[in-house]
Amino acid sequence: MADQKPAKPDHPKTQPADLQELGKNLRRARGKTDPETPAPGRINSREMSMAFRVMTELAAAIFVGGLLGWYLDKWLDTTPWLLMVFLILGMASGTLTAFRTAKRLSDESDE
Amino acid sequence: MAEEHGAEHGPLDQFEIHRLIELEAFGVDVSFTNSALWMVLNVAAITVFLTLTMRGRAIVPGRWQSLAELSYTLIAGTVKDSIGQEGRRYFPFIFSLFMFVLFANYMGLLPRAFTPTSHIIITFFMSGLIFVGVTLLAIFKHGFKFFGFFFPPGVPVYLAPLIIPIEIISYLTRPVSHSVRLAANMLAGHVMLEVLAGFVVALGIFGFAPFILVIGIFALEIIVAALQAYVFAILTAIYLSDAIHLHH
Repeated sequence: MADQKPAKPDHPKTQPADLQELGKNLRRARGKTDPETPAPGRINSREMSMAFRVMTELAAAIFVGGLLGWYLDKWLDTTPWLLMVFLILGMASGTLTAFRTAKRLSDESDE
Repeated sequence: MAEEHGAEHGPLDQFEIHRLIELEAFGVDVSFTNSALWMVLNVAAITVFLTLTMRGRAIVPGRWQSLAELSYTLIAGTVKDSIGQEGRRYFPFIFSLFMFVLFANYMGLLPRAFTPTSHIIITFFMSGLIFVGVTLLAIFKHGFKFFGFFFPPGVPVYLAPLIIPIEIISYLTRPVSHSVRLAANMLAGHVMLEVLAGFVVALGIFGFAPFILVIGIFALEIIVAALQAYVFAILTAIYLSDAIHLHH
């Protein structure tokens, strides 16, 4: 959507006059609305979904870490040590994933 | 449904699975359920939608055609941005996924409908398949170098025993968060709608207050349905891009 360019200015003669007029009107209308400023006080569903995305990554990593530790413990008969170790590793990896996602999201919004 | 086990109609009844046609193959229950029925309807609706709207192929699209073109350009742009030129061959896959999830989410908002994407087994099957496929793709494309993905360059070697398990857990987390996010969003929204709709009846004349809330939440659900389908598609694209380019 964003890369839709307005009518090319270097071929003005190839277009009928009413198309040029339409293009001018379109550009004027687009200039009026600024999509980047959301109304204050309203729930921004985009931002909410970003927050939810980071949150699930945080929680899921702890879950996966715990699950991995649980099964390794059962397999190696080392209850409860690996569960503890992997829970902490899961928290670390959740933070790492959440950090990467947040970084990617902020890089995207900077562009 | 609810009538069978009492007059009470709970907010979770909508997620119940019913066998419509009993089937068994090699001792495995493969009955045709309401979930399967809605997925078939879903695919049929997508096919009808895309073929009928694009039949005209007008240069200046009408409302229906621009709906189809909008979803196409949205996913095409996403794939191009996150994977690059190599991503073009994966476009049909990501577009199909997006349309499937989008239609499942939207058709689930119809009265009496069933939402396949609110079941974790459906979303986990999709994300698990993507996870396995993407991992195999990365191994075939990069061979042994794929395992370098778990040890980012620039990290001191003595940190390897700590970093490698963390990276592996982070990698294994992907299908979990990928699937849980979609299912949890759909589940929560539908339960919330049903609970509040129950209040409308229970409160009698004062039911107008939750009724207004239901309208608001329904509007929010319409946004969430599209947003979650988009997030599911964009994450698939990101995972594919990681597999192709091998960097975080």
